[in-house]
Amino acid sequence: MIRLTNVSKDYLTRAGPRRVIHNVNLTIEPGERVGILGRNGAGKSTLIRLISGAELPTTGKIVRNMSVSWPLAFGGAFHSSLTGADNVRFICRIYGVDFRPRFEFVRDFSELGLYLNEPVGTYSSGMKARLAFAISMTIDFDCYLIDEVMAVGDARFRERCKVELFEKRRDKAKLIVSHSHQSLKGNCDRFLLIEDGRVEEHDDFNEVYFRYKQLIGEGFDTVQQMAAVIENAPVAALREEQKRLKRLLKAAEEAKKESQQEAIRGAD
Amino acid sequence: MLSSGTTGPGAQARKSPLAVNRRVIGALFLREMLTRYGRNNIGFLWLFMEPLLFTVVVISVKAARIGVYGSAISSVAFAVTGWPALMLWRNMPNRCSGAVKSNRSLLHHQQVTIPDLFIARIVVEFMAASTSFVFLTAGFCAVGKLQPPEDILKVVIAWILLAWFGAGLALTVAALTDRFVIVGNLWRPMSYVLMPVSGIAFLVENLPPAYQKIILWVPMLNCVELLRDGWFGSLFHAYYDIGYVVVFNLCLSFVGLSLLRQIGLTPSDE
Repeated sequence: MIRLTNVSKDYLTRAGPRRVIHNVNLTIEPGERVGILGRNGAGKSTLIRLISGAELPTTGKIVRNMSVSWPLAFGGAFHSSLTGADNVRFICRIYGVDFRPRFEFVRDFSELGLYLNEPVGTYSSGMKARLAFAISMTIDFDCYLIDEVMAVGDARFRERCKVELFEKRRDKAKLIVSHSHQSLKGNCDRFLLIEDGRVEEHDDFNEVYFRYKQLIGEGFDTVQQMAAVIENAPVAALREEQKRLKRLLKAAEEAKKESQQEAIRGAD
Repeated sequence: MLSSGTTGPGAQARKSPLAVNRRVIGALFLREMLTRYGRNNIGFLWLFMEPLLFTVVVISVKAARIGVYGSAISSVAFAVTGWPALMLWRNMPNRCSGAVKSNRSLLHHQQVTIPDLFIARIVVEFMAASTSFVFLTAGFCAVGKLQPPEDILKVVIAWILLAWFGAGLALTVAALTDRFVIVGNLWRPMSYVLMPVSGIAFLVENLPPAYQKIILWVPMLNCVELLRDGWFGSLFHAYYDIGYVVVFNLCLSFVGLSLLRQIGLTPSDE
């Protein structure tokens, strides 16, 4: 269990201290999957940093009875002059786990091959993301912090991440920060909507997504309308495409007709 | 396959915080060594090559002015007890100043704390200075340019007191730098001011008595005097006050550690 009691966080700015997290009370039980939504700058990442322990709250208390991962696919902890293998070794040392089996896993999952012996500074961002995710999967946590992880990599990589996270680690608690309804819907038991550092709890996805869409200024008139749009989003996209193709076809046919007529006139 | 590990790292973390601390500092130490000295060229040799080269240059400069210190003290003995000592306390603050900024992202790992980052760098610096000191003196002893120390215990105590001072100074300077960038800028010139008064180039005994009292307020000087007393104490009269250094170090460590607690409360720039 992770429990936040009256947690607030201030950042010092030129204009004095600014409260970015307001008096948050929150409990995350083992195995719970919690989705986090909010506008840019609402305080999502700060909340994640507080929960991961990277920062201390200004006031309030955070109790962790579960082991908590670092934010997943987070590459910032890599040292660019160290090789991929060195970075794996470092993580294994910190967590006091065996290096060999984990390294084999990272090698298989990241598919980096010989590049694992090159400095991370020479990697492309996709390679870094693969390494970061693979390393994240080498340590077993009770709770995973997932900050927009699905945004990186190609479709195949995302698919494999999904398998690791949501199938193999089905029973682990997860905090998922995302802007996309695809990665939240169906993957979460409940939701937190963060607005100006305040946390609103919701159980129903449609409800929270409706509020979120309102906040970012893409509001729908009713929850039902929004739900219909989300459900039908792929269908609607297909219809649009169909229309576009029809238009193209029509234009092409007209052009053909015209050129035929020209040819006839020319023959006269 | 991997997810079926029996004990999570969190479980271990709860078992013994001290063991976790040691493990993390060990990992940071190795990471620090790898990033600083690398795998190529002569790699880890740089750990003592760098200070050693520096000391050799200084000794050869000093050798050109033999007899300045009078009496029977050789310039080798004088230099070899001066410069490594300087490096011991001066490099720690330099190295620690960037510790939080460049490693802030490591704090996402629950086991890693801000003090760990500093301790690892201080340990690296201590090992570097000590290794170079030991190899340097052993080398000069081997070729007969230097007599072994008369009282090794005094040498060790002086070295440890100096390292303690360096660590306290490093925490203070680094924590202040994290908050006020200007402290970092001021520290470099400050260290050059402190350099001559820390006893690398003189013995307290040779100063006018009026200055002796004042200059002995400098804690590093007390340590260097003690170090030289241990090495060639029979050749000169050493002035130092171990009690003063201990009290000074205690206060400095207290200030450094209190400042350290403030670091976690400033916004992260990661």
